[in-house]
Amino acid sequence: MGAVTSSGTAVVTLPADRQILITREFNAPRHLVFKAWTTPELIRRWWSGDRGVVTIAEVDLRVGGTWRYVMTANAGFEVAFHGEYREIIPDERIVSTEIYEGMPEAEAGHTLTLTESGGRTTLTLLVQHTSQEHRDMHINSGMEDGLQEALDLLEQIAVSLR
Amino acid sequence: MARAATTADAFNAVAEPRRRQILDLLTAGERPVNDLVMLLGLAQPLVSKHLRVLREVGLVDVRDEGRQRMYRLNGQPLKPIYDWVKNYEQSWSERFDRLDAVLEELKDMEDGDGRSDE
Repeated sequence: MGAVTSSGTAVVTLPADRQILITREFNAPRHLVFKAWTTPELIRRWWSGDRGVVTIAEVDLRVGGTWRYVMTANAGFEVAFHGEYREIIPDERIVSTEIYEGMPEAEAGHTLTLTESGGRTTLTLLVQHTSQEHRDMHINSGMEDGLQEALDLLEQIAVSLR
Repeated sequence: MARAATTADAFNAVAEPRRRQILDLLTAGERPVNDLVMLLGLAQPLVSKHLRVLREVGLVDVRDEGRQRMYRLNGQPLKPIYDWVKNYEQSWSERFDRLDAVLEELKDMEDGDGRSDE
């Protein structure tokens, strides 16, 4: 299957008009990935990446329970997200909603899936936007579809220019 | 909510499948408009309309060669699209790199515990 490096690259693809799919492999069993993904003290340590500091991470991990993360970005402003858990299979799968509080009418669906093989875990996160318009807002443009095609095209062009 | 006009930027220009097809055909090299009409199996006015949109956002360049109009691909305007996805990918990569560090610690702790496998 796989990558040899422990720190792989996140791969982002756009399988359908309203979807974004993020895939990444981890050098750890999936119960640990699940733990890091759902434990507030651990979320605080990774969720903001290099872009800021997580100030709030609240998790009520049960179906119908809510989560809320707040980050103070390095640039000083604050961003907050929250959502509700819809389905939880420990160590394996979480379906939840996500609302960016700066744009509360645009709710997205998140499906996290963890699969383990040989002590390594493949994480996939499928982001499903509820409407075309919301994904459009997300990218600040009236794009309708075709982003993935555009990327494929870009790759071809890059190759042809070599 | 009003959308940007289709000609506004490359995002919109490539949202139309036929226009992507035209760009695909042009990756092989410069072509006269008649070629494109033939290869696409579309009416000339329609092809010209798509080419005009692509031209307006700078995705194709055109020049006259005798009586032919020759179209050529220019990939530069696709860069903002690429950059958008790259930025998104980058922010997830940063998160996951930190998650790697958290996971290494969790693994060490578990080993130290005399393995509490489930």
